[in-house]
Amino acid sequence: MICIECPKGCQLTVSSNEKGEISVQGNECKKGARYGIEEATHPVRILTSTIRTSGLSVAMLPVRTDKAIPKSRLFEGMEEIRLIQVNKPVQAGEILKPNFLGIEGVNLIATRSIE
Amino acid sequence: MVIVGGGPAGMAAALSAAEAGGKSILLLERAPFLGGILNQCIHTGFGLEYFGKVLTGPEYAQFFIDRIGVNRQIEVSCRSFVVDLTSNKELTYLKPNGVETVRAKALIMATGCREKTREMIPISGTRPAGIFPAGLAQQLINMEGMMPGKEVVIIGSGDIGLIMARRFTLEGARVKAVIEIESTTKGLTRNVVQCLHDFDIPLYFNHKVKKIFGKDRVEKVRVMRVNADFSELPESAFDIECDTVLISVGLIPENELIEMAGVKIDRKTNTPVSSELNLTSIPGLFVCGNSYKVYDLVDKVTQDSEKAGQMAAEYLLKNK
Repeated sequence: MICIECPKGCQLTVSSNEKGEISVQGNECKKGARYGIEEATHPVRILTSTIRTSGLSVAMLPVRTDKAIPKSRLFEGMEEIRLIQVNKPVQAGEILKPNFLGIEGVNLIATRSIE
Repeated sequence: MVIVGGGPAGMAAALSAAEAGGKSILLLERAPFLGGILNQCIHTGFGLEYFGKVLTGPEYAQFFIDRIGVNRQIEVSCRSFVVDLTSNKELTYLKPNGVETVRAKALIMATGCREKTREMIPISGTRPAGIFPAGLAQQLINMEGMMPGKEVVIIGSGDIGLIMARRFTLEGARVKAVIEIESTTKGLTRNVVQCLHDFDIPLYFNHKVKKIFGKDRVEKVRVMRVNADFSELPESAFDIECDTVLISVGLIPENELIEMAGVKIDRKTNTPVSSELNLTSIPGLFVCGNSYKVYDLVDKVTQDSEKAGQMAAEYLLKNK
């Protein structure tokens, strides 16, 4: 697989032994090692999108999950985002929905400050 | 000192010029807000080098916007569109309430790029609605909240096209193919993975879109294989039904203003002929960011634009 943690895109080989222990080869840094294991067992992605605002100076507010969520739940995440209302000024980093998709420790946050 | 362009290049140059002693800096931006292209780049991939963090475009921009907001040496003028520049560094710009002129002692141009359009690559066929440069589609979705189309074919595997393949898909459209004329992608490999592989979007190397069909709206495209020298293989032609075509085949630095002022321009790249980073053939007139050369990473734009700000401040000191 190809690592997506940084622009280098190292070719990783991820394998497991009889004990089920996973090892990663081909990474040039620690992030790659972690990515290889995660991608093979439980792939995650950061979700970014936009929310229509009401009564603010900018029409669309860009948002993101502050941490990666399961890749299989990206479209579910898009549906959740559609339900959120933004009708007052917001700061970049502000939490719009804590425990996004019911995942502990993952929040949906604004990525731009809008009046 | 005047800086034209309030995107990542202009903002970094302004802050660095202020830090280097630039006393009165006027930052002109045509949009109603600072941030430039970063405002529509809502995806992550920014700031890994400069901040050591995984940031979205707007988050990266916000760091600079906030610092400019509290910097008394920098005056920001938004909704300000420069229409004329002379060899004496005199600028004329439009504002909502009229026309202004300013004479810059030191001038930094940070005007970024525009996109190549369908007309610049030879694709025959009709001219229906539904054909967009990829960055325009990005602006329509991310800034205006509009869906440009439902069934998409993307021409060019550059980063903008790849990013938009994912964006369209997440918003419920069907991206049927990305067509790349060369044998490798022009974009980052990570984008091929997270934008195409993740969503099973086919990427056709060594293929081109030969013709676009459609009366009022795009109806389909004809795709065919090409050789390494781009000669066509007509027997290989097949059609893909779609209502939208995105063009992602390259950026053109916007340097018409400095050309007006008499700066020497390299015709092939539309960038200033330059002996050293950010310099032009007119002393005291600097160019930084994507209008100097097309960058891959905004982190490098920031680094190089900070140098431009320093140089402009030093020029001011030396030429009181």
